[in-house]
Amino acid sequence: MSKTAAKNAAAAAEAPRSSVRKTYKLYIGGAFPRSESGRSYTVTAPGGEFIANAAQASRKDARDAVRAARSAQAGWAKATAYNRGQVLYRIAEMLEERRDQFAQQIVSVEGGASAAAYAQVDAAVDRWVWYAGWSDKLSQVLGSANSVAGPYWNISSPEPTGVVAVLAPATPTLLGLTSVIAPAIVGGNAVVAVAPDACAVPAVTLGEVMATSDLPGGVVNLLTGSTAELAPWLAAHLDVNALDLAGVEAGSELARELEVAAAENLKRVVRPGRDHDWNADPGLARVKPFLETKTVWHPVGI
Amino acid sequence: MANSGIFEYAPAPESRSVVDLKASYGLFVDGEFTEGSAGSFKTVNPATEEVLAEVAMGDDADVDRAVAAARRAYDQVWSRLPGRERAKYIFRIARIIQERARELAVLESLDNGKPIRESRDVDIPLAAAHFFYYAGWADKLPYANLGPDPKPLGVAGQVIPWNFPLLMLAWKVAPALACGNTVVLKPAETTPLTALLFAEICQQADLPPGVVNIVTGAGATGAAVVGHPGVDKVAFTGSTEVGRLIAKQVAGTAKKVTLELGGKAANLVFEDAPLEQAVEGIVDGIFFNQGHVCCAGSRLLVQESVAEEVVDRLRERMKTLRVGDPLDKNTDIGAINSAEQLAKIRTLSEAGEAEGATRWSPPCELPERGFFFAPTIFTGVSQAHRIAREEIFGPVLSVLTFRTPAEAVEKANNTAYGLSAGVWTDKGSRILWLAQRMRAGVVWANTFNRFDPTSPFGGYKESGYGREGGRHGLEAYLDV
Repeated sequence: MSKTAAKNAAAAAEAPRSSVRKTYKLYIGGAFPRSESGRSYTVTAPGGEFIANAAQASRKDARDAVRAARSAQAGWAKATAYNRGQVLYRIAEMLEERRDQFAQQIVSVEGGASAAAYAQVDAAVDRWVWYAGWSDKLSQVLGSANSVAGPYWNISSPEPTGVVAVLAPATPTLLGLTSVIAPAIVGGNAVVAVAPDACAVPAVTLGEVMATSDLPGGVVNLLTGSTAELAPWLAAHLDVNALDLAGVEAGSELARELEVAAAENLKRVVRPGRDHDWNADPGLARVKPFLETKTVWHPVGI
Repeated sequence: MANSGIFEYAPAPESRSVVDLKASYGLFVDGEFTEGSAGSFKTVNPATEEVLAEVAMGDDADVDRAVAAARRAYDQVWSRLPGRERAKYIFRIARIIQERARELAVLESLDNGKPIRESRDVDIPLAAAHFFYYAGWADKLPYANLGPDPKPLGVAGQVIPWNFPLLMLAWKVAPALACGNTVVLKPAETTPLTALLFAEICQQADLPPGVVNIVTGAGATGAAVVGHPGVDKVAFTGSTEVGRLIAKQVAGTAKKVTLELGGKAANLVFEDAPLEQAVEGIVDGIFFNQGHVCCAGSRLLVQESVAEEVVDRLRERMKTLRVGDPLDKNTDIGAINSAEQLAKIRTLSEAGEAEGATRWSPPCELPERGFFFAPTIFTGVSQAHRIAREEIFGPVLSVLTFRTPAEAVEKANNTAYGLSAGVWTDKGSRILWLAQRMRAGVVWANTFNRFDPTSPFGGYKESGYGREGGRHGLEAYLDV
């Protein structure tokens, strides 16, 4: 190689490379479709810089997501608790491996210091692990053998309620989304989650994590867009069994209206908390509302 | 090799190449493999009598070092870690056991003599599941409903048997670590190898040094672990005879003790039982793991009206059992673990004949080398016979009969043991009626020998005390 050629090659190597950007789509039934509406919205950094065009989910997307969740729910509930725990733990493994990516995305959409973003990712990973460990312990902690006054064997145990619609908080993006999805699915429910506004960016990446963690398609479905637009459809949907209003302002008119709509088929509703601390120990507060208790009687005798 | 007749199988040996055996092994103390201060002993492949490796014989000084390391690790690291962080190490261990599952399975079959199908499909997956289950508890102890402020006990001294070497290790180590204790574990003399591979797994998991210490050796080593004043908790699985000695040895100390000991389980078959399934369950109950199972269904109690049919079907089924090379994937019954155990099984079987019971085994050609014993049933057994009272711990079944449910209960409970029981009937209410009356810690209905990390296991009466597995298994390792 001549000296000139070598210099040119070195210069080219130093030239900035144009990146290949990701298309942000929805996550429904294990696939990543665009919104059927063809709409998108601009996600910007707190400073206003363009980050991405996210798919703006529509009523039709919400209905598709509910159908996907319903189709997946029975199989997910039937999987052994051990198996469900392994899948949730796998999500934690995949999330940990993408730590840098999530931290960057959190900084870009939420602003703030890199250390805080990393702390949020770590908390999200630990939260998946926390719930992974619960899968085969829920019946041991929430179930019981009941001493009825008669010759009967009597056992109560928790079962999933079905399809849960969750409205994720706007921030913290990744930890908030994790904190509403994981407790709903650990007991065997399927979820339709609304990831609002800028939350779309880590949400879609979380969808990629779930898609590569042996989580059956449809167990978690992610809709990006506007909570105000999507929530009423989900709250009124008669094939949704429960509703987590985490992402709605406590005491707001919207919160009340959604609860009214949810009452039509007596959805189990988790009301929004005031100044909820997403870093606090979550306990089982978001697990129990999405479980039914089933009691079985059986006679005892020769 | 075992059965001529309609089933001719080509050999289907599992490869040994996955296992990297060293010529000799030291003790695992404070995160490192170290030389023992005393001599060594040989561990052999019971299917061939070939020496597999030399293993260090831990003595009092070694146990002392191990307990000191465990205490340091407890004080300085493990008891101070939040449960959430302890959990991560235990999850790592579970994952590495899954990753190295085949290697562990082959090694287990080599050292123990159990069929590869069993080590591959039962022992190793259950061991991994056990770690996975208890990892999840590490940060959830206040939810276990055992007390408002559960605390670890300190250093746990654990002595385990040779029948399920890695699985028994998992039953001991997983809950101990999850609850915040550190451990000194003594594996059985005849099956130390998977415990030593487990030590390597602890290294791969970056488990802090001293949290798990493994001291190989024989009875005296175990006694040194149990008797060490620095040990806060003693957990033992093995014979009732040794369990009694341990209970006496720790008397007057503050040590918390759990004992999982022998059994002589009754397997009750009623006339309305699905007989085909029952026969499978009887076979699984007594011939699984060569009958080296403390909860084995070693006393078959059959309702008189179906006794002849059940025994006929059982004999037919036994003719298809394949005895031989543990590493052959078609083998049902592998090698007896040691010459000593084989002698014990022979002695008790001879006593059965001498006392007047009728002995039967299918035509069965046993390998020339190694320790093997043909699957055997005794009919015409009375409750007074030694083979109906003593734990044989081998592939030997005693058949007795009963007429009424009350008589079945009477006979089933007529034993010093109380580890497990089996019930076969189509009637649900009767299952529960019998289950309530069995003086046994585990009752299997229309199934047998089922194990799960979520399910508590342990005995009544002289089968020991304390439970392993499930939420209840935490209590053994907590100050509550």
